[in-house]
Amino acid sequence: MRRYAVLAATAVLVLAAFLARAKENIVIEGSTTVFPIAQKTAEEYMKKNPDVSISVRGGGSGVGIASLIDGAVQIGASSRYIKTGEIARAQSKGVNPKGTIVAMDGLAVIVNPANSVSGLTRAQVKDIYTGKVSDWKQVGGTPGKITVVSRDTSSGTYEAFGELVLQKQKVRPDALLQASNQAVAELVAKTPTAIGYVGLGYISARVKALAIDGVIPSAETVLANKYPVSRPLFMYTNGAPTGAVKAYLDFVLSPAGQKLVAEIGFVPLK
Amino acid sequence: MSRKAPARQMRRRVREEIYRWVFASLAFASLAALIGITAVLFKEGIPFFREVSLKEFFLGTGWYPTHEEAPEFGALPLILASVWVTAGAVLVSVPLGVGTALFLSELCPPRLRSFLKPTVEILAGIPSVIFGFFAIAFIAPVFQKLFNLPTGLCALTASLTLGIMATPTVCSIAEDAVSFVPGNLREAALALGANKWQTLVRVVIPAAGSGIITGIILGTSRAIGETMVVLMAAGGAAVIPRSFTVPVRPITSTIAAEMGETVVGSTHFHALFALGLILFLITFLFNILAEVVSRRFRMQLGGDL
Repeated sequence: MRRYAVLAATAVLVLAAFLARAKENIVIEGSTTVFPIAQKTAEEYMKKNPDVSISVRGGGSGVGIASLIDGAVQIGASSRYIKTGEIARAQSKGVNPKGTIVAMDGLAVIVNPANSVSGLTRAQVKDIYTGKVSDWKQVGGTPGKITVVSRDTSSGTYEAFGELVLQKQKVRPDALLQASNQAVAELVAKTPTAIGYVGLGYISARVKALAIDGVIPSAETVLANKYPVSRPLFMYTNGAPTGAVKAYLDFVLSPAGQKLVAEIGFVPLK
Repeated sequence: MSRKAPARQMRRRVREEIYRWVFASLAFASLAALIGITAVLFKEGIPFFREVSLKEFFLGTGWYPTHEEAPEFGALPLILASVWVTAGAVLVSVPLGVGTALFLSELCPPRLRSFLKPTVEILAGIPSVIFGFFAIAFIAPVFQKLFNLPTGLCALTASLTLGIMATPTVCSIAEDAVSFVPGNLREAALALGANKWQTLVRVVIPAAGSGIITGIILGTSRAIGETMVVLMAAGGAAVIPRSFTVPVRPITSTIAAEMGETVVGSTHFHALFALGLILFLITFLFNILAEVVSRRFRMQLGGDL
């Protein structure tokens, strides 16, 4: 009997302790591209600040911004600028979306080091991926059928490539779809006729990163907005961030947060 | 003594009853898992067909599940890729598995057998991801050079690897079947003047036939459900296979690659469950087939004895 009393008392105490430290809740929703950044930084942030609880959901940029406008979330993650229509809808609801760039997303188009081609235009890359161009000789290389390597259609990398290069057209069906950036780099390194695309973090001596529209992909050219296959990634808030949301965003932008950004394969802002 | 005995007996009976219930519930746990899995597959897979017609799913040739404006859910290339790669694997595993089984049980000297049989069993225990590595690092480069292919990641590489993987399954079941063939059948054949080869081909193989076929069916079912190897080695192009040297994208690797990043509850999500449902029905059919064939085999031998 006494044991139960002790148990009950402990339970009450624990519960009270929980209630006393009511957690600060932040909900982030939106872009699947930004998702890993939000997820990783939130995990680290919660380790250091156990009184803050951050939950991260995917759904896409449009969903994230819509939820922010509806007041359902504190942060809407987006891999594109907010659209004018969305701004109008936000204003009609008294919401003032403000974007904070948390990282840059840059994709390198890579070929085998044995390939004589060292640069392509964005239009040429698009033609290769949509199937208009199938032979290296059509883009100034040594004649040979191009082996097109792409990412799985549900990955954020594919989504970014589809938007920045393919402009919503479909990838040729005979493209080899690989499950990770690493697998794409590996396949291109082993295949003399291959072309692929990976996050900037996956460029190595075993593959050759092509200059696109004459610009070599690097953290510098991406940050200077010169490299075309790149885009900023946003976290939108209602007005300038305040309180717990500001503290979290400050962490994301801090050197520790940006280090996580680089680890996941995105371009850090500094 | 006489007073204690009924109590002890009683206790023993109770204990036996407890054991019975414990083991019965353990046995039913796997049944519960099977029912649960089937229910989830149907529950999540069926809604897909409310959004996409059966015709588009089974006859469509474009697999663009995440395209924003015009998604396509044509599973034909994926289904055919699974069939194609598995057919290739059967061409490898049947001669290897059945040949090994016949050699082990009929022709092999006992010393060699005590070495060969464990070897085949170890092969069965190697994790499939290791087979995948082997395919990427060794088989694919060899085929790439040998056939002068743009890439070694193709149906042939996947088939060969799957074939090797399925060989132990085929071999051990076929070997059991062959060793169950009663000795008097062999002796009768030899007594009638048949040589070893004639005995093997005309007597032993027909007698063990349905057991061998059971092994082949279960091996095939293992190959068609294998995921890691095809994800790593088949190339991943969702096109209808027209030769063995082209990259393909079987059902299993599609599910594995896309499930992690799809939005829960979306059409794409349900489409992956629908693919899983097809795979489940195929392997289910194969298992029933194997069961039916092996029943026949047992009855036949029973009659001979």
